[in-house]
Amino acid sequence: MSGGAPTSREERREARASHPMAKETIEESRDGRKRNAAKRARKMARKKADSMPVVEALEAPQQTRVVEGELVTPAPAGGVVGLFKAPYLLRLLVRREIAKMYSASVLGLLWSYIQPGLRFGVYYLVFGVLLDVQRSLPNFAIHLFCGIVFTHFFSEVFNGGTRSIWENRTLVKKMAMPRETFPIAHVIVGYYHIFPQILLLFICCLLSGFRTDLTGVVALFLGTAIISVFGMAVALLFSAVNVYYRDFQNVTGTITQMLHFMVPMMYGWDRIAGFQPTHPVLVQLYLANPVCDSVILLQRFFWTGVNMADGDLGHNAELPPHMLERGGITLACCLVFLVLCQWAFSRLEHKFPERL
Amino acid sequence: MVSSNTSIVVDDVSKIFTMHYHRSLKQIMVAKVRGLPLSETFQALTDINFEVEQGESVGLMGLNGSGKSTLLTLINGVLKPDSGTVKTRGRVAGLIATGAGFHPQLSGRDNLFLNAAILGMSEAETHRKFDEIVDFADIGRFLDTPVSHYSSGMSARLGFSIAIHVDADIFLADEVLAVGDKPFKVKCMAKMQEIRQQGTTIFYVSHAAASVQHMCDRILVLEGGHLNYDSKLVDGGSVEGGIKFLHYDDEEPDAPGDKNGISALADSALGAEI
Repeated sequence: MSGGAPTSREERREARASHPMAKETIEESRDGRKRNAAKRARKMARKKADSMPVVEALEAPQQTRVVEGELVTPAPAGGVVGLFKAPYLLRLLVRREIAKMYSASVLGLLWSYIQPGLRFGVYYLVFGVLLDVQRSLPNFAIHLFCGIVFTHFFSEVFNGGTRSIWENRTLVKKMAMPRETFPIAHVIVGYYHIFPQILLLFICCLLSGFRTDLTGVVALFLGTAIISVFGMAVALLFSAVNVYYRDFQNVTGTITQMLHFMVPMMYGWDRIAGFQPTHPVLVQLYLANPVCDSVILLQRFFWTGVNMADGDLGHNAELPPHMLERGGITLACCLVFLVLCQWAFSRLEHKFPERL
Repeated sequence: MVSSNTSIVVDDVSKIFTMHYHRSLKQIMVAKVRGLPLSETFQALTDINFEVEQGESVGLMGLNGSGKSTLLTLINGVLKPDSGTVKTRGRVAGLIATGAGFHPQLSGRDNLFLNAAILGMSEAETHRKFDEIVDFADIGRFLDTPVSHYSSGMSARLGFSIAIHVDADIFLADEVLAVGDKPFKVKCMAKMQEIRQQGTTIFYVSHAAASVQHMCDRILVLEGGHLNYDSKLVDGGSVEGGIKFLHYDDEEPDAPGDKNGISALADSALGAEI
């Protein structure tokens, strides 16, 4: 540089900028190299020179490692199906999820029975005793219990599943694993919670006299299948959407609360059937709810079973007609919905690590 | 072109991050009214191409923000490239993007099993190596304490210990090791030399030139998301050459008492050389 050495920093900067080769050479000759890169690199090299120790390579010659298998994309093969083929990870995660739920609580696992138990108590007192539904509805307690079991399962899956990815964000961001594991783990946690409830329900039915038929057994399995598939689909979809818009985890509580009133458990089906002549569309919409269908199917097994043992109880003990056909169609729809949700999940999960 | 011995193929990979500034409805409205952008994109990696043979030990260097971690995350499979393809052969393990992926509420033991399972270890394999992993991590009685109570060094130790005991074909090590203390770092590097000797492909990210020099037989230098130096492709390229390239290794301009850093003389020398 001619004209004497510049003195102040500003002058030096100017001199550097006006240098014929300065800017374009540095920024264009090597893509992405910033103007002060060299300075930064040297500084970094000096600062970090001792950050990692030097360890000499081993004396022995390097062995050859032959790796079987093809070159594949390192991204984990997602998909709900693959998850159930290799269930070890899922099992671990379910166990962790349950342990986490009750860590640092005195009553522990009991909470998952106290909550639905209390809800059952409240509904029984208010609707059964106070509003006297039990007079027109035989075996009201069983009727209500069926509804509580499945709505509880669904709220668990819906609430837990929706938050699952967000709550496990440290893992999602750092480890390559099928992300479906998290929402699906909550479905399994849901089973874990309702299994003893169903057992208890069964014991109550046996105590008060119980008969069943083939339709009842089919209804039981159909109902369980519907709620499982629907819960899985909803958990998948909302867990993914919740990553982008955290609003959803606030909505789930309200929706599940409303759901308690959208299934026939505190009131009998006869109340809804009364609207059939005046509001046929609304009644069909009511019955289109998969949770509602599964509750009715569960009632077909337990409640109707107890009613059958009690003898003919008149039209109050009836459930909607053609429930098996309706259930079959609902299950098919839910399966399609599950496939769609899986598709949406796979589309959305690319961006999880950067959005969390 | 791709031989059966290829371990990693990175083909024309670009990664663009979208940064969202305004997330609530109110903020979006305000931004719209003021004409501010709702999101901005950032190109983290641009057209990266390279292939790594099985058993090669690759050092990845570059300044902060040059895309090293992003590249590692892509090879690890956590991120997917926006264009191009990344392919790997065999089991990939390692510590990426500073900090092990631990669940803070779970104990060290639970996280160990979970992490091992995610890295592809079976239950039996984990049980078999359990003592070895715990010994190496040296976390002693904190094994059953939630990881959120761990110091950053402890969780890095546990994370590294799990990753290195996975019988992986490709091992990725990020700067994450830097939080450990010196004896542990030496232990890690020795262990890495051991698996390197066993023929594992190693991808090592570090700022410490000497350490890279001893660990790696190839070097990649990233600058602003561009792969500007690959010692395998450059004529007469070497690890030393890559380090020189990164530092613009002209004569050492930073004289020890020069607080302003680079001197005017060195500036012109710099301009002239490049």
